[in-house]
Amino acid sequence: MGAASDPHIREESSAGQAFGPAATIHMASSESKVSLVNSTREAPAWKRSFVNLDSGFKGLMLLAACVVLAIVGLVVIELIQRSALAWQKFGIHFFFGTDWDPVSGSFGALPFVYGTLVSSLVAVVIAVPLAIAVAVFVTEMCPRPLRKPISFATELLAAIPSVIYGLWAVFVLVPLMRVYVDPWLIKHFSWTGLFAGPPYGIGMLAAGVVMAIMIIPIISSITREVLAVVPQHQREAVLALGATRWEMIRMGVLRNARAGIIGAIILGLGRALGETMAVTMVIGNRPEIARSLLAPGYTMASVIANEFTEATDDLYLSALMEIGLALFIVTIIVNILAGLMVWSVTRGTPVKANV
Amino acid sequence: MKKTFSVFALLVLALPLAAQTKLNGAGATFPYPIYSKWFSEYHNQHPDIEINYQSIGSGGGIRQVTAKTVDFGASDGPMTDQQLADAKFKIIHLPTVLGADVPAYNVPGIKTELKFTPDVLAGIFLGKITSWNDSAIAKANPGVSLPNQPIVVVHRSDGSGTTYVWTDYLSKISPDWNSQVGKGTSVKWPTGIGAKGNEGVAGMIRQMEGAVGYVELVYAVQNNISYGSVQNAAGSFVKASLDSITAAAASMKSMPPDFRVSITNAPGKDAYPISSFTWLLIPAEWSDKNKQKVMVDFLNWMLEQGQTMTAQLSYAPLPQSVKEKEREAIKAIR
Repeated sequence: MGAASDPHIREESSAGQAFGPAATIHMASSESKVSLVNSTREAPAWKRSFVNLDSGFKGLMLLAACVVLAIVGLVVIELIQRSALAWQKFGIHFFFGTDWDPVSGSFGALPFVYGTLVSSLVAVVIAVPLAIAVAVFVTEMCPRPLRKPISFATELLAAIPSVIYGLWAVFVLVPLMRVYVDPWLIKHFSWTGLFAGPPYGIGMLAAGVVMAIMIIPIISSITREVLAVVPQHQREAVLALGATRWEMIRMGVLRNARAGIIGAIILGLGRALGETMAVTMVIGNRPEIARSLLAPGYTMASVIANEFTEATDDLYLSALMEIGLALFIVTIIVNILAGLMVWSVTRGTPVKANV
Repeated sequence: MKKTFSVFALLVLALPLAAQTKLNGAGATFPYPIYSKWFSEYHNQHPDIEINYQSIGSGGGIRQVTAKTVDFGASDGPMTDQQLADAKFKIIHLPTVLGADVPAYNVPGIKTELKFTPDVLAGIFLGKITSWNDSAIAKANPGVSLPNQPIVVVHRSDGSGTTYVWTDYLSKISPDWNSQVGKGTSVKWPTGIGAKGNEGVAGMIRQMEGAVGYVELVYAVQNNISYGSVQNAAGSFVKASLDSITAAAASMKSMPPDFRVSITNAPGKDAYPISSFTWLLIPAEWSDKNKQKVMVDFLNWMLEQGQTMTAQLSYAPLPQSVKEKEREAIKAIR
């Protein structure tokens, strides 16, 4: 299928010289019949029959997009339908009850909501300073040859599957916490009430730490993008006013990138809210609200993953579905918020800083 | 070219029609290894029959067989009266093998086997006994110096037949447990942390000093986990083994005709008290007579040859009395 043997393409390739190598490669492809260069000329007869392919292509893409939207819609509808039974029985008090008793049929989701929010909050509190530090380092202070390797290494954290994190946490992190971290925290900080009780190793704090490691790459990569987009003249202006390096970063860069950083944090929070496997292995799976971060807890995603297969009666299943619906809605809201924030800062970007 | 292709395609499609009867089953995870071995052995002996089993959990098995999406189900716990009524057609329970839960523990300094009385087990899991050197434990283990170590209870976080058997036993021997918690595949545990699967519980026990929890005997044996003996209804301390579990099933005074019985806390002298059947859930009426013949044939095969294969996978075989009753019950499958 020599491209050169096709007389039509050979004729165009001379015209292609005027438009640069990219256009030539495009025209030399024997697949593509719609030529960018010849768009003003009437297409010859043998080409016109392929115009349907183009509008068919458009239709196909539209169909694909509609299918994706339809899937989301169907998920929501299914969740609402299946949780109807629990909603009818418990109403809004489902989300304020603390008793999760499958045997007697009384279900209250407050411990799970609390567990999800607290563990995600702990994860964000731990991850945000680290992620922003990595992003600032890579964009502002890192020697140029090191930038790609460090950002690549951070992205690598995101590639590790969640179950592997769980296994690593159970065999490495939890013993470390039980033997060193927890007793130290109990000894020095038990007056806060946040670190009390026997050092199990597993618990809300362990889950928060694992989740923090998982969301660092998300926060740091978006923050890096947002920092890179801050105009160079902002940095120069602050430096010209006599600021030190750190002041320049704080006032010229971080302040400008505020909205984007918050968007990144919220996206990381969205991931943390839905995290299941790694959390369920280290959180202790105890549906109780405890003040101490060293106590075991339970999250919405964990309870569904744990109890779904064996939930035989309809009310039990419906209660789990309702928890799923709550989690779905919370995650959607968080993701929409994040998307809006990130969009508001990255639209219409001028000169990109050299990253 | 097109003609040869279409002929070829027809041949390929026609091939399966010539051969196989296929049965689909789904349900409990506990007996999955032995079922999987049985089905493949049976297929080796009858190459035109294929039985497919998915271990999705007892709850799933009950749901699928009730919805008739599978030909048969399997469950570690018998169906309740309500579930049987919801099914709208008759489902027969047939026990296949026996399993047991054992108390595994990690107490620093203790190398010997610990003895647990029913009161001690109930007290530990209710959160009333909180330290290993509690007098109740010391009384059951004379001569053993128990450390002053807090007890950490480890239970299953995922719903499971293992939990059902354990809580069923505790409900029988402790009125407090019965009223406070009850029995089920998932319960509201008064104390302790949850881990996922037998492997999660075993891993947690291994890591934490002072931990105690329950795992399947099969799992404990295959992973060399040390476990204690339990005092049975006759008063003797019995360690779980294939013999003691079969003895528990054999010692049941009365077996209801539908086999839906719990054999925990069995009366026999050598019986291990925390044993249980696992059941196949077979519809009584089959519209496809071909499949019905296969099912009946397999069940009879299971009672003869299948039972000889259980020991090598650490499952306890059914006692003779139960097997005889089952042969009668199989005749009711039409």
